[in-house]
Amino acid sequence: MMLKVIIFKIYHMLKRVYLDYAATSPTDERVIKAMAPYWQRFFGNPSSLHYFGQETRGAVEVAREKVARLIGAQPEEIVFTSGGTEADNFALKGVACVAKSQGQHLITTKIEHSAILKPAEFLAKQGFTITYLSPQKDGLIKPDDLRAALTDKTILVSIMHANNEVGTIEPIKELAEVIKKFRGAKKYPLFHVDAVQTVGHLPIDVNELGADLLSMSAHKLAGPKGVGALYIRKGITLEPFMHGGEQERGRRGSTENVPGIVGFGKACELAEKEMGAEEVRLSKLRDYFIKEVMSKIERVTLNGHVTKRLPNNINLSFEGIEGESMMLSLDLAGIACSTGSACSSNTLEPSHVMLALGVNPEMAHSSLRFTLGRETTKQDLDYTVNQLVKIIKRLRDISPYK
Amino acid sequence: MSYSQKVIDYFTHPRNVGKMDNPDGVGKVGNPVCGDVMELYIKVENGKIIDAKFQTFGCAAAIATSSMVTELVKGKTLDEALRISNETVTEALGGVPAIKRHCSVLAEEALKAAIADYKSKHS
Repeated sequence: MMLKVIIFKIYHMLKRVYLDYAATSPTDERVIKAMAPYWQRFFGNPSSLHYFGQETRGAVEVAREKVARLIGAQPEEIVFTSGGTEADNFALKGVACVAKSQGQHLITTKIEHSAILKPAEFLAKQGFTITYLSPQKDGLIKPDDLRAALTDKTILVSIMHANNEVGTIEPIKELAEVIKKFRGAKKYPLFHVDAVQTVGHLPIDVNELGADLLSMSAHKLAGPKGVGALYIRKGITLEPFMHGGEQERGRRGSTENVPGIVGFGKACELAEKEMGAEEVRLSKLRDYFIKEVMSKIERVTLNGHVTKRLPNNINLSFEGIEGESMMLSLDLAGIACSTGSACSSNTLEPSHVMLALGVNPEMAHSSLRFTLGRETTKQDLDYTVNQLVKIIKRLRDISPYK
Repeated sequence: MSYSQKVIDYFTHPRNVGKMDNPDGVGKVGNPVCGDVMELYIKVENGKIIDAKFQTFGCAAAIATSSMVTELVKGKTLDEALRISNETVTEALGGVPAIKRHCSVLAEEALKAAIADYKSKHS
């Protein structure tokens, strides 16, 4: 028992390096400060017409302007949601519901997040037809493939801005051009972009990108968890996802998550100012880390695109070793990352993204994802590389694949 | 992941790792496609397993159960060894999380395969 306590204490005293920013990021101090008054001092329901309500109504609208500005949208085009998953569900089901008389075909890709794939499966059960585009080996979706998949029954195309696992940035502008050309003067198909991994990290202008709908999540950009938004281009009507009160111009019932929305707005405001420099800093750290690992460890491959990738994403496969054993060893050394191995999930299948990229199952099981963020330093990465060298050697000694 | 302290111990300090020179029986089970492969080597003298070694490609649970089974079989007769099940192995490790049970089955399968290999060569 004593030993257990001591081990527990040592485990919690370790140097900690967090390299899983794509999963979530710590909320920025300035965001927490901005949110603080909205639990108690300004607690009113924004729908109330009295003084208390109008105070928070104002705060929600200021936040809406900040979110809109970050992506080049108008404030009334932003609908707050409970997060990225709800925004994705809202987009797919919302379009399917209002447009089913126009057509029942949707196009998406094999490498989307489950927040897209699961609603798509649900719609398939309701009678919709779904086409899943296959990516190239580097994760890119070809505009030609999209062109070939479009039919006059297609009501929605949903493609992610950047992949959360391998970091590949999709050619959204070119894909949007294909859709626009095909659509002509018609209303459909609409183009939805899941930008959960890119908002606040890469410059985004919805008009330049050509997105009709775009999903965002606050906690991926140093905002709070439990809040996100869907951008809905002016003139587009979706079936509300949450039926209830008249909040969000009747597009989403439920009393607004005022502290969360205020925090999201603040996070967007900070991102607008700081993401340019951060993008440069992280890209350098990313390339440095890849170079270090490649030069110090043998039989490693980089998954995803070499240059068209998120500034903070590193996804590597280490031949001959299973991912969970690497991840756990790193965790014991204080380093947090994630893996595409089946053993880290409840299924026995390795990551669907890796398999769609044509990575063989062994190498998919052998993948680690490191995602960098605001607190990441070069020292953190040097420490990680040093630990990784030792861990890989130890696990390769155990493995029958030398 | 809520691994027991014993699983972590056997994962970080596995006993009996490595290939064996001239083993009397070899059991190779699992599939890299599923993310788990185990090779178990045994040395048999007078009907008793006197040494066992392993090599595993797999998660922490797979490595820990592989190592534990090599410890459990040493000194056992072949019949006694055949009675070692994946439950025996996981119990000796203080249990494994439910979703990891399939990884622990590998150890039992590898042991059975190694004994079968020995018997086929020495019957």
